[in-house]
Amino acid sequence: MNHAIALRTIVKKEVQRFIRIWPQTLLPPAITTALYFLIFGKLIGDRIGTVGGASYMDYIVPGVILMSVISHSYANVVSSFYSTKFQRNIEELLVSPVPNWVILSGYVSGGIIRGLLVGLVVALISRVFADIAINNIAVTLSIAVLTATVFSLAGFINAVFADSFDDISIIPNFILTPLSYLGGVFYSVDMLPDVWQTVSLGNPILYMINAFRYGLIGVTDVDVTIAFVMTGGFSIVLILFSLFLLHKGVGIKN
Amino acid sequence: MKALSIRNLKKIYNNGFVALKGIDLDVEAGDFFALLGPNGAGKSTTIGIISSLVNATSGSVSIFGHDLRHDRARAKSCIGLVPQEVNFNQFETVKNILLNQAGYYGTPRKIALQRTEQCLKQMDLWDKRDMVSRRLSGGMKRRVMIARALVHAPKLLILDEPTAGVDIEIRRSMWKMMQEVNRQGTTIILTTHYLEEAESLCRNIAIINHGLIVENSDMASLLARLNIDYFVLDLAEPIDAVPVIEGYQIERVSDKVLNVGVPKEYGLNTLFKLLTERNIKVISLKNRTNRLEQLFMDLIDQESDESLQ
Ligand SMILES: Nc1ncnc2c1ncn2[C@@H]1O[C@H](COP(=O)(O)OP(=O)(O)OP(=O)(O)O)[C@@H](O)[C@H]1O
Ligand SMILES: [Mg+2]
Repeated sequence: MNHAIALRTIVKKEVQRFIRIWPQTLLPPAITTALYFLIFGKLIGDRIGTVGGASYMDYIVPGVILMSVISHSYANVVSSFYSTKFQRNIEELLVSPVPNWVILSGYVSGGIIRGLLVGLVVALISRVFADIAINNIAVTLSIAVLTATVFSLAGFINAVFADSFDDISIIPNFILTPLSYLGGVFYSVDMLPDVWQTVSLGNPILYMINAFRYGLIGVTDVDVTIAFVMTGGFSIVLILFSLFLLHKGVGIKN
Repeated sequence: MKALSIRNLKKIYNNGFVALKGIDLDVEAGDFFALLGPNGAGKSTTIGIISSLVNATSGSVSIFGHDLRHDRARAKSCIGLVPQEVNFNQFETVKNILLNQAGYYGTPRKIALQRTEQCLKQMDLWDKRDMVSRRLSGGMKRRVMIARALVHAPKLLILDEPTAGVDIEIRRSMWKMMQEVNRQGTTIILTTHYLEEAESLCRNIAIINHGLIVENSDMASLLARLNIDYFVLDLAEPIDAVPVIEGYQIERVSDKVLNVGVPKEYGLNTLFKLLTERNIKVISLKNRTNRLEQLFMDLIDQESDESLQ
């Protein structure tokens, strides 16, 4: 049994899916983030001055990029896997001798690729507004990949438990988006009152965004090592949990 | 070699419903096997367990000697499944559906392309290969599922009501195709509610009802058990009185139509001779019901009678 072929098949199918519907998957983030850069970065940012030594525009670029990576890697897997379940074509995978880890890797890879591709699109748009020389490329790329992995896995788990199309939009709308905004995309935690600084440090997305910001412009509110340990740890826990769900057939087998 | 061997298989669904109450079933390699039963009998549940879509509650299943619990990947590689309901991605093209399925079975791209072409041509779908599957007619969708099930050249093909809702022409071509596939050595398990289809295609048969196998034998000896055949006779001229002929059950349906029960040991010759003597001219005759249907109804009725007691 050649698992590489099965894996490639799933990844290719996943990538073709979001490319085929690019007006829904690749275009909107380009438009939204261009507006962020224009309104927050340019119009408002000019009045704010600098944060942590960086211009406000430079300061928000990493957060906006990573926020897009987060929401799109999540969205890709949750909607793709849920519709696979909903249309029952998950059965094509269940009857064939594809091991669960290949199924999971395939869907998660699709999410990572979409997340990174959208991140790249946003990064290219940001070049119209800001001229950033990358501080540390290894940190930048590895934290982006790890973050995309965590949220692809989270999207997968959401899809496993989802019973309706509503169930796949609750978490993005009520958890991911607020946590991203509160994760210091647009501000440094230093700007917050003490209590809220402490509260903010309980938000994992804050660490990811700051590590990514460190990679791009060398400015961070937190220790980057903690960010890596945290995202790495989340990835492992979520992988194990996803494999457990697939093994039990939760949501997909009677 | 057994293509399929099931022992004491039980299934209790999450809501507590007992769908299978412990079934045993053997299908020999190379067989064309009918799994019959009324709606809700447990056919699809059984097939679901065999093909890993449903978790068994207890019992064992082995496919070509590969136990489903201990050697699942190999067991799966042997099976091609045509499910009862459409379950492919409706936004995918016909060709991609097959190519992906071949990929899941680890088929290298080059071979997958060849197999896809071969199976689509066999199912008369080659000219639809680039069509988005959502646009296909119902009969075409069923054929896509058959082609998909064959793409990895399985040793055991399981078809769950493949001919439901398919026009007679396509149904006939499906029969031909199934016979061809079977002749080439693939074992086939077929469920259908068209009993004449099972009768003409299948060599062995199991009937399942309320989660239990109520009959399991070869078609010929099962049919031989029917000792009365029922016929409908069309008469040339209207008759006044129903003829009474010793040994035959004759009922009047209308002026020119009779129902006759013909015991095997009496046969038709005597009947016609006696009718001719009585000046009754028969234009044509047909089977009142399909023979298997008769048996099937008997078995199912018996079952429900017993469960009433
Ligand atoms: N997911 C489920 N949860 C609870 N009960 C189920 C489930 N799936 C099937 N059943 C029940 O199990 C019984 C057997 O169903 P199954 O689909 O195996 O029947 P079948 O023989 O294939 O019938 P049909 O000819 O209508 O396709 C039915 O009573 C059905 O309602
Ligand atoms: Mg069924």
